[in-house]
Amino acid sequence: MTSTAAPPVAAPARPAPPARRRRRNWRGWLFVAPFMLVFALTFIAPVVYAFVLSLFRDQAFFGGTVFVGADNYAQVLADPKFWESFQRVLVFLAVQVPIMLLLALVAALAIDSARLHAAGFFRIVIFLPYAVPAVVAALMWGFIYGDHFGLAADLNHLLGTDAVKPLSQNWLLTSIGNVVTWEFVGYNMLIFYSALKVIPKELFEAAAIDGAGAFRTIVSVKLPAIRGAIVIATIFSIIGSFQLFNEPNIMRNLVPNVIGTFYTPNMYAYNLSFAGQQYNYSATVAIVMGVITAVIAYVVQLRGTRKGM
Amino acid sequence: MATLSVTRPKKSRTLTAVMALYLLYTLVPLMWLVINATKTQASLFSTSGLSFGGPFALFDNIAQTFTYNNGIFFRWLGNTLLYVVVGAGGATILATAAGYGLAKYRFPGRRAVFAVVLGAVAVPATALAVPTFLMFSKLGLTNTPLAIIIPSLISPFGLYLIWVYAADAIPDELLEAARIDGAGEFRIFLTVTLRQLVPGIVTVALFTVVQTWNNYFLPLIMLSEPKWYPLTVGLNQWSAQANGAGAQPIFNLVLTGSLLTIIPLVLAFLLMQRFWQSGLSAGSVKQ
Repeated sequence: MTSTAAPPVAAPARPAPPARRRRRNWRGWLFVAPFMLVFALTFIAPVVYAFVLSLFRDQAFFGGTVFVGADNYAQVLADPKFWESFQRVLVFLAVQVPIMLLLALVAALAIDSARLHAAGFFRIVIFLPYAVPAVVAALMWGFIYGDHFGLAADLNHLLGTDAVKPLSQNWLLTSIGNVVTWEFVGYNMLIFYSALKVIPKELFEAAAIDGAGAFRTIVSVKLPAIRGAIVIATIFSIIGSFQLFNEPNIMRNLVPNVIGTFYTPNMYAYNLSFAGQQYNYSATVAIVMGVITAVIAYVVQLRGTRKGM
Repeated sequence: MATLSVTRPKKSRTLTAVMALYLLYTLVPLMWLVINATKTQASLFSTSGLSFGGPFALFDNIAQTFTYNNGIFFRWLGNTLLYVVVGAGGATILATAAGYGLAKYRFPGRRAVFAVVLGAVAVPATALAVPTFLMFSKLGLTNTPLAIIIPSLISPFGLYLIWVYAADAIPDELLEAARIDGAGEFRIFLTVTLRQLVPGIVTVALFTVVQTWNNYFLPLIMLSEPKWYPLTVGLNQWSAQANGAGAQPIFNLVLTGSLLTIIPLVLAFLLMQRFWQSGLSAGSVKQ
């Protein structure tokens, strides 16, 4: 067949092949050192620096900074602005991520099923929005939502109402969810699709001999086989939801009174730094979000890999 | 054979029709963008969103986009290319070498490298951005291209991809044969490994290029001078300018600029995708 495997994006994590009684030596560092050097500068150092910042507080009037221990953390945990923004991304996560992953899964199964006409074309076009920068996606959808020259305006005109208001307070989070879904279904589809591609064909033959239909094969063979890919996609989506920044920040131009400075935790941290000059507190917010994200990602990974293995 | 019906089922029109609906959802916004990039500022407001209307102004819009404000858009395009070539290119090289090193060598500290790098994937990149900004600011790197390029050089996901790929695609026997022939480690990497890894490398390049081209948050905080902006930050500045108080109505430029920002990436993606697919099938046959 001409349809070939997509990248090994979703190959389930597996341990490296057994060492073929090779001597322990340092040669491997030759290849790993350059990466680790830049990694230390761009990942490890900022984490350490953020932690140090979070332990101090600026003395606005006296100049200089003082050590305050865990005070900043206590402040974040009691900060209503932080919790409001956190709740918002949590709701977003609970609704948008399942919808997006389900669409991606259906698309991947359909493309992989060999029942689809022009499957290659579908695969390319559905992946296409991933190549569109979040800025352009948000600008574009923002205009489409708008009542100046967008499709929302056209729809209202057509229906003779003004009921379609994607940018209003009530609908905005849904509207942002739509943009994110539009952007990332294709990316997740590719993760699932490449995992489906590497399922050994013998499994399907065995299922067919046992008399399994298409649906049964999906449930009993395909889904368990791509469990690892589903876990990876879920983790990336959770991280993405907690990081939500680009789309709301760009749409803020359109509706500054609906999207405030602490619409998402990330926007809060950003605005604390760049509008408020509260670097220490901002670093604390960033760390708290990082820890929450890492913990949830870790739990999902544990639960996801343990069941049915 | 019973397997025939499983591996070669009949094409389904119903399924294709349902999927076509999804395709429509994917394509309508892009069609909207293409259509509206052909309109003048005035006809944007006076015509319906999904129909061509007024004078056909696409080429005029493109000319305006490139000349507006002393051709700043051209400069942003150049900046984006610089960040992509050096940043994404460098990220691909570093991830390839490191992924291969992790897959094919046992060395002291290897497990620690794994733990730290895979752990880093779970740390939100944006959570790091503010501290990175503060640190770079102390180092005097903010407001320079290096502030964008250095963080773009690291792709933990790329490293992971190459590691998984190299573990499968490069037989240890091949490396041992090369060693017996007297080749040094670096030479083996250049002459034997790279060729085997091509499909994986193209895939990583594809993802790092898309990421760097589309990067918004990092340049937004690192750069304050428009002359170093990439296209994404520049476009949003135009949008703010068109919407904000005392707005200059340059919606046509925002739309045309958006279209121009997408096109190179879509083209690169389509071109690279073909290569990447043929590369993958070749790789799987060789085994």
